[in-house]
Amino acid sequence: MNRYPLWKYFLILIAVVAGLVYALPNLYGESPAVQVLPLRSHLKADAGLLARVDGALQDAQLAPEVLALDTTSVKARFADTDSQLKAKDVLQAALGEDYVVALNLLSRSPAWLTGMNALPMYLGLDLRGGVHFLMQVDMKAALDKALESNASDIRSTLREAKIAYAGVSRDSGTITVKFRDAETRGKGGDELKKRFAGLELQEREAGREFLLVAKLKLQEQLRIQDSALQQNLVTLRNRVNELGVAEPVIQQQGADRVVVQLPGVQDTARAKDILGRTATLEVRMVDDEHQIGANGVAPFGAEVFRERDGTQLLVKKSVILTGERISDAQPGFDSRNNEPAVHINLDAVGARKFKEATRENVGKRMAIILFEKGRGEVVTAPVIREEIGGGRVQISGQMNTTEAQNIALLLRAGALAAPMEIIEERTIGPSLGADNIQRGFNSTKIGFIMVAVFMIAYYLMFGTISVLALGANLLLLIALLSMLQATLTLPGMAGIALTLGMAIDANVLINERIREELRNGLPPQMAIHTGYENAFATILDSNITTLIAGVALFMFGSGPIKGFAVVLCLGILTSMFSGVMVSRAMVNLIYGRRARLNKVAIG
Amino acid sequence: MEFFRIKKDIPFMSYGKVTTSISLLTFLFAVFFLATKGLNFGVDFTGGTVIEVHYSAPADINKVRQQLAGINLQDALVQNFGSSQDVLIQVPLKQNAMGAKLSEHVLDTLRRQDANVELRRVEFVGPQVGKDLVENGAMALLLVSLGIVGYLWLRFEWKFGLAAIIANLHDVVIILGCFAFFQWEFSLSVLAAVLAVLGYSVNESVVVFDRIRENFRKMRKTEVAVIIDNAITRTMSRTIITHGSTQLMVLAMLFLGGETLHFFALALTIGILFSIYSSVLVASPLLMIFGVSREDFIKPEKTEGEEVLP
Repeated sequence: MNRYPLWKYFLILIAVVAGLVYALPNLYGESPAVQVLPLRSHLKADAGLLARVDGALQDAQLAPEVLALDTTSVKARFADTDSQLKAKDVLQAALGEDYVVALNLLSRSPAWLTGMNALPMYLGLDLRGGVHFLMQVDMKAALDKALESNASDIRSTLREAKIAYAGVSRDSGTITVKFRDAETRGKGGDELKKRFAGLELQEREAGREFLLVAKLKLQEQLRIQDSALQQNLVTLRNRVNELGVAEPVIQQQGADRVVVQLPGVQDTARAKDILGRTATLEVRMVDDEHQIGANGVAPFGAEVFRERDGTQLLVKKSVILTGERISDAQPGFDSRNNEPAVHINLDAVGARKFKEATRENVGKRMAIILFEKGRGEVVTAPVIREEIGGGRVQISGQMNTTEAQNIALLLRAGALAAPMEIIEERTIGPSLGADNIQRGFNSTKIGFIMVAVFMIAYYLMFGTISVLALGANLLLLIALLSMLQATLTLPGMAGIALTLGMAIDANVLINERIREELRNGLPPQMAIHTGYENAFATILDSNITTLIAGVALFMFGSGPIKGFAVVLCLGILTSMFSGVMVSRAMVNLIYGRRARLNKVAIG
Repeated sequence: MEFFRIKKDIPFMSYGKVTTSISLLTFLFAVFFLATKGLNFGVDFTGGTVIEVHYSAPADINKVRQQLAGINLQDALVQNFGSSQDVLIQVPLKQNAMGAKLSEHVLDTLRRQDANVELRRVEFVGPQVGKDLVENGAMALLLVSLGIVGYLWLRFEWKFGLAAIIANLHDVVIILGCFAFFQWEFSLSVLAAVLAVLGYSVNESVVVFDRIRENFRKMRKTEVAVIIDNAITRTMSRTIITHGSTQLMVLAMLFLGGETLHFFALALTIGILFSIYSSVLVASPLLMIFGVSREDFIKPEKTEGEEVLP
């Protein structure tokens, strides 16, 4: 009765061997590596790039342990951090701005394992070190901005349609258009209804004025918020690329939040600077006709801003362009005199407006102002030499390469649709990450040894079988975590230890049952059989309640807690398999074949 | 080897009054401390900034305090963390006008005195996030409780579900009471531990209840109290051994897992100890109080089936 059919042994063997193979990469550890990713969409990671990387490394006499090409990047693994850092500098210099050269860690496992997609567990930020940011998008600002641009479009629409209006004003949430009589209001309303599908119009009277009050439709509000979030995600991705991070995570969370995770980033100040830049850009004309008054008071129609070196500059209030019109900005060189320059591309609307403004203002100065958290700073104020059409703008003169790079970055950064604020940060230094791994590993190891010693002493042969089953459980759990590439966090490691402690429950239940049946006078074979049969229902029951807790934690937990929940749930599944099937298979192999079994070693 | 070779059933149910009074008392104490002292919520829930730094030599805490006072952070909590070289700085939300930028500012200030200060960890939690985490935590607790009651209801019967969840929520309140009494920091990971304990300790009640059900079927003419006593006595060995094994693992975590896992492991330790007690000495007396009887299991149509048997 205590025999499994051959296929069942075979199945269990396959599961354990597969577990062994997929858990194996974790033993090899990781080595420092560099990863080369193309930044522009027209560039591909291909054999050509591989050859360039290889050539550059050979020129610098750096010999990578492994040089490999995958779908998105070229990776080179090194024996130590020194050559890794050297390689990063060499490659960045050789490949230029179009590629990101990021520092990374690569598994040292042999190629045949990697070829089977057997990868080591994916370590969370608290184990490998890095930064986690949660950013909140200011949706109110996005809506305000949309309303503002609607208000100015209403003005130009009414003007084009030659409908007389007394004024357009915007306050929180509404645009109010004033008309002198009901008839023009009717005409204006019809015109606006045709052109502004996203607005809800309402007629109202105030004293002797005829008003048209416009509000954003709910649907339109949702659309604006969604597109603001999407645009911010894209912008964040571009900015993270500037940082050179190997495996960044940039994800939407909820309706108005973005999670950014940067593994291995140590310079958090720079990361925050670049990510947290809630900048908008405006292009305006410099007011050279007036003087800044006493106490820095600006004359009517102008404002005072500081330049980057601290000097004050008087700038007109009317805006030519905003940052949204800038589609790209790149550092480069002036083709005529080889001076560092910034090349800017404008979209169609921007190009037209820019052409008009430059035609009328040749010889005058134009200021590009960056607004961060409501404070403006002049990035650069070049002189307009000629009319510029076609949307291709070049700014040059009085800047070095680094400045050109910074200005280009600042101009691109202007593309955030709505300001964002960091509302949560978790940074783990690399040394703490390594300590955490060590601690988690040690506590699991010591705990396992203590449980093993106790089980073997208490249940003898059956204890040994239980410990082997527990080992199989650990193996399968690690294999499963590696296969799924689920994020392993420090609470996750604690979860491994905890599930091992809980998994032994199944075997204790079975062993106690067998003892009891033996005491009740059943023959050993019968006792083993009944013990396993009776214990199974209880094991199932008791695991399901823990599974409920695990699922709830997974649904509502964040970050490291989610990691704990994943391990808890997977651990329960593997422990049911190993506690019941694997241990039973071993018991059957040892005892099941004996025709006359008088005694079992169960203590 | 066998620790529990108990020949006669231990009359647990006759101690019912004593044990329920003891748990009621501990429970009330726990509630009292929760109400008067309250939980010492960590930065996850209150919002604020935690910065852990490592010095190459034992750090002078007072000097760190002075440095922080120099940048208007007089009320920052500065303490050693794990070793004399590690320093933990906690800044409450209301003193932090810089938001996420604070950590750089603090680190810059500390580095002016000792360039070798190494940043180990920064946690900044804004007020919105803290509120969300509290809500999510409460939701998780509610969902786990409902899920377990629902499951036990399906699997057994409402009296069992209710008895088990009361017994185990009693464990949860006692863990929280301990955290309130000692003013240990209550963080997200402690909450995770509490929920894990809730799921885990229900196991215990399930095992005992399974036995009770089995006994109801086997021991036909026996009194309810005797049936429960027998079930508890028979499962006691298993209860203590499994909890012992889990406890071994958790203790390894408590002593070797470092500061980050300390309170997590502590919550598990308390939870596991109390769950042994509560599932044996709280859940079962509650069952008696709810008036569990054989009819809860053996449906009338079953007797018909038995008549057919020879």
